[in-house]
Amino acid sequence: MSDSPTPLLRAEGLVKTHYGEGAPAHAVRGVDLCVTGGEFVAVTGPSGAGKSTLLHLLGGLQRPDGGSIWLDGECTDSYTEARWAVERRRRIGIVFQFFNLVSNLSVADNVELPALLAGAPPKRARAEREALLEELGLAGKERSMPGELSGGEQQRVALARALVNHPPLLLADEPAGSLDSRGTREVMRLLSRFHQRGQTIVLVTHDARLASAADRVISFFDGRIADDAELTGTPSRRVGTSGVLELKD
Amino acid sequence: MRLPLLALLARGPAHGYELRQDLEQLLGSAYPQPNIGQIYVTLGRLEKTGLIEGEEVEQSSRPNKKIYHLTDAGREALHAWYEETADEPRVRDEFFMKLALAPQTGLADQIALINKQRRQYLNTMRNLSKLAAAENRDNRVAHLLIEGAMLHLQADLDWLERCQEELEEPE
Repeated sequence: MSDSPTPLLRAEGLVKTHYGEGAPAHAVRGVDLCVTGGEFVAVTGPSGAGKSTLLHLLGGLQRPDGGSIWLDGECTDSYTEARWAVERRRRIGIVFQFFNLVSNLSVADNVELPALLAGAPPKRARAEREALLEELGLAGKERSMPGELSGGEQQRVALARALVNHPPLLLADEPAGSLDSRGTREVMRLLSRFHQRGQTIVLVTHDARLASAADRVISFFDGRIADDAELTGTPSRRVGTSGVLELKD
Repeated sequence: MRLPLLALLARGPAHGYELRQDLEQLLGSAYPQPNIGQIYVTLGRLEKTGLIEGEEVEQSSRPNKKIYHLTDAGREALHAWYEETADEPRVRDEFFMKLALAPQTGLADQIALINKQRRQYLNTMRNLSKLAAAENRDNRVAHLLIEGAMLHLQADLDWLERCQEELEEPE
């Protein structure tokens, strides 16, 4: 036994192959991964590298063909769909590229629903919802329908929904993928803020700007981890305050 | 730096220290901070070539200061500057040559080179994000400058990705 704390999330030998028309697609080909509490990990790579599939495996949205996942030291091999659904309310929050809000529920109901499903008393669900919407700059939008909001606002609602039960782990799948650069900056700022408060985050993105908010970046290629790097943020030679703009002579 | 200084003087006469402050205000924390000496040297050169003229102004308790203004030739040079389009930045040729020549030297693995370079870019990106977060929100020019740097870096990272896709050994 080692002295290191139990990782929040551990995966070993994950394999997932998609069988569709044509040749089978080897989306994930033997991935080992360990995420400890408080970490902010970004997974980057070209589209089609399998990084979204990896995230879906980690959140139990798809089941691996091989390998295992441990949540907080507990092996999930025997988990049923129903059990995964429960974990996605309690231990794992997920945000998606296209928000996946329930379009005929108000903003408030979208956020409160997972709290109520997890058994929170309505009063507490409402209090949590109010606090989160306030925090995310959405106070006053409670009664709006998702379709009335901008993409950036919808993603913030999705973030509130993902965090309403205080899950130890937040999974984010291209959360800025359908946002403009202002929306992207906003999502980046919010993820950083929650991370600073101790939220563990695994973020899948092809956007290096978003990835640079993480303190560890995994480069994913062709279903495999090609590199796993801690970002120190140590300025290299020319970078930092003096390296952005070069004025000649 | 000659032309930016000329451009700052198009608004009206100023002395060296004021010009430095103007630059700082415009560009915020992304400002490359040339020292005041550099600015005075450049102003001296501009004066020698007749693009600006300096005038000594007496100050009661301090040494004289020199106030510069644009000459007609300076204004013309500025016009010409605005007429031209700027050169586009070039590919990071040093890394490219390293990568291209690696197999011949047998001294470095291409994928390892790409991974190393990516780490550096990502760290730089992180620094730029921090810089943007620390910058005054209202300074749009400074934010655009940092965002420009980030987008260039993004393109470099995308290109590294392409290199990796091409050079990865097929199974």
